[in-house]
Amino acid sequence: MSKKIGDVILDLQNISLRFGGVKALTDISFDVREHEIRAIIGPNGAGKSSMLNVINGVYQPQEGVIIFRGQERKKMEPHHAATQGIARTFQNIALFKGMSVLDNIMTGRITRMKASFVEHALWLGRARREELEHRKKVEEVIDFLEIQHIRRTPVGRLPYGLQKRVELGRALAAEPSMLLLDEPMAGMNVEEKQDMCRFILDVNDQFGTTIVLIEHDMGVVMDISDRVVVLDYGKKIGDGLPDDVKNNPDVITAYLGVSH
Amino acid sequence: MIYREAGQFKTSYAADQQLFPIRQDRIGVILLLVVAFLIVPAVAGEYWFSAILIPFLIFSLAALGLNILTGYAGQLSLGSAAFMAVGAYAAYNFQLRIEGIPILVSFACAGLTAAGVGILFGLPSLWIKGFYLAVATLAAQFFIVWCLTKFPWFSNYSSSGVISAQKVVILGHEFASPREKYLLVLTLVAVMALAAKNMVRSSTGRAWMAVRDMDVAAEVIGIRLMPTKLLAFAVSSFYCGVAGALYAFCYLGSVEPDGFSLDMSFRILFMIIIGGAGSILGSFLGAAFILLLPIFLDIALPRMAGLLGLPFSNATVSHIQILLFGTLIMFFLIVEPHGLARLWQIGKEKLRLWPFPH
Ligand SMILES: Nc1ncnc2c1ncn2[C@@H]1O[C@H](COP(=O)(O)OP(=O)(O)O)[C@@H](O)[C@H]1O
Ligand SMILES: [Mg+2]
Repeated sequence: MSKKIGDVILDLQNISLRFGGVKALTDISFDVREHEIRAIIGPNGAGKSSMLNVINGVYQPQEGVIIFRGQERKKMEPHHAATQGIARTFQNIALFKGMSVLDNIMTGRITRMKASFVEHALWLGRARREELEHRKKVEEVIDFLEIQHIRRTPVGRLPYGLQKRVELGRALAAEPSMLLLDEPMAGMNVEEKQDMCRFILDVNDQFGTTIVLIEHDMGVVMDISDRVVVLDYGKKIGDGLPDDVKNNPDVITAYLGVSH
Repeated sequence: MIYREAGQFKTSYAADQQLFPIRQDRIGVILLLVVAFLIVPAVAGEYWFSAILIPFLIFSLAALGLNILTGYAGQLSLGSAAFMAVGAYAAYNFQLRIEGIPILVSFACAGLTAAGVGILFGLPSLWIKGFYLAVATLAAQFFIVWCLTKFPWFSNYSSSGVISAQKVVILGHEFASPREKYLLVLTLVAVMALAAKNMVRSSTGRAWMAVRDMDVAAEVIGIRLMPTKLLAFAVSSFYCGVAGALYAFCYLGSVEPDGFSLDMSFRILFMIIIGGAGSILGSFLGAAFILLLPIFLDIALPRMAGLLGLPFSNATVSHIQILLFGTLIMFFLIVEPHGLARLWQIGKEKLRLWPFPH
C-alpha cells in the first residue's frame, strides 16, 4: 500500500464480553493502525457490532484492556471516546428523527461547543459566534456528502440510503480521528454503495481518518480495506491482509458453514 | 402569494440563523407584540384581563416549562402544578422573610427554588424512562402538595395552608389593576419565551432533543445524559416556578396547596399535547385552546340548546366539555402528535405554495 499508514493507535487485548450466559466476545485481540481502513467481518451474530460497542464504551467488557493513544483502560466511557476523537455510525440507523438534517449534523459537533445554557438563553456573544462558526464546518460536511438539497428536511422523512449518509455526516462533523462504521452499506443499492465507498475512501484519504469498518459485502471489503479481522461466534478466526484472509481455510469454512 | 420566501435569499449563515428567518414571520411577531403591548391594554376590559388574558399567559408559561422537559427533552412529567406550587410558596416566603427584597428578585428566586426541587425529582430519570418516570413525577406532585399542607411554616401558619400574595411593587410603583398586572405578566412571559426559543435553537436544545430521540447515539456523540436531563428538569421547573409565582401574585391573589392539583398538571400536559410537543408556539396555542374552549362552550352550548329547544343543565354542559376534550386529545395523540403548532406549520407551507398546488 502506498498510503502512509502509521503506528498502532488502538490496541485491544484479550477482550471478553458476556451477556448473562451469552459469550458475545471471547478473548479477542487485535490492533488498529493510524490512517488505515480496518475491516471487521464475520457471519451474523459473530460479535462485530459488540466489538465496536466495546471500542467506544457502549458495552463494557468483563475482561481485557483497551489501549487508545497510549492510554490503557479496562473500559471506555462513551463520552470519553467522543472527546478523544472516536465517532461512529450504527447498524440500525440511530439518527435524531425529530430533528432536521442540519440539526443532526450540528449535534455531531456538540463536544466542541463550549457556551453554557445561560449564554444560549441570552444569546450572548459566544453562543452566537459558536453557532456561526460551527455552522460553517457543518456546511462543509454537507457539501462533502452532497446533501445540500435536504438540509432542512426532518431526517425521518428521508429514504434509507440518505439517512445512512446523514448519519455519516453527523459522525464526520465531529472531525474524528477514528471513525467506526457499522455496516454503512447494508440495504443499499449498487449506486448508493458506490457513493458510500467513495465517501469512505475520501474521508480516509483527505482527512487521514482511521476507519474501522464492519461490512458484509466481501467485494467491498477486499477493495477498500488495508487489513481484515474475521470473527465467528465471538472468536477471532483470522486477521491479516485481505488476500491472506480470503484464503484462510478457517474463514472459508465459517463463511460456507461447513463443520470441522 | 402573500406568504413566501421568494426573493429573500440568505447570503450569510447569520441571516439564516435569525430568530425568524422568513420576513413575514418577523412582521407577524412584531405585529403580535404591538397588539399585545399597546392595543390590548388600550381596549380590553377588566374581565378580559383578569379572567382570560392573565391566566392564558401564565398557563402558557407553565406549558412552555413542561414543553421544555417533555416536548424537547422527552422526559414525561405529571408534576407541573406541583412545581408551580413551589414557585408560588417560595415567592411568598421570600417576600415575607427577606426585608425589602424586590418582587422580581423574589420571582427569580422562586424559579430557582423550583429548579432545585425539579432537579431532585428529576434524579429518577437517570435510571427510569417513560411510564415509570411519569409515575415518579406523580410522586413529586403528591409529595410537594402534602409538604406544603403538612408544614405550616411554608404558609406562615395560616389556616389550611392558604397564602395571600403580597403587593406587587416595582421601583415604588404598585401593580394593582388587572391591566398593570397583565403588562407585567406579558413582559415576563415574552422575555422567558424568547430565552426558551434561544435555548432550543442552540446546542442546549439540540442536546435535549438528541437525548429525547435516541439516547445511546447522543451519548456516543459525547452528550452526557445526566447533566443534560437534569438541566431540562431544572429549566423546566424554573419556568413552572415563575408561572406559579405569577399565578399567586398576579392572578388569584391567594392560593392554597390543593389548588395545584394533579388535575392542573394534567391540564398543562393536555396543553402541550394539543398545542404541540416540542414547539414554543404550541405552548401558547395549547394554553389558549384549553382555557378558551370551556369559556366558549359555556356560552355557546346553552344557546344552541335553546335554539334546538333542548333542556340543557349546567351538568350536561360540563359533560359535553369533558367528552370533547377527551376526543380532541385522542385525535391529537393519534392523528397529529405535533399538535396545533404543526397544523399551523402545514397551513403556512400550503400558503407558501399558494395558489399553485405544488
Ligand atoms: N445488548 C445485548 N444484550 C444481549 N445480547 C447481546 C447484546 N448485544 C449483542 N448480543 C449478543 O451478542 C452476540 C453478538 O452480537 P452482535 O455483536 O450484534 O453480532 P454481529 O454484529 O456480528 O451480527 C449475539 O449473540 C447477540 O445476541
Ligand atoms: Mg452487527
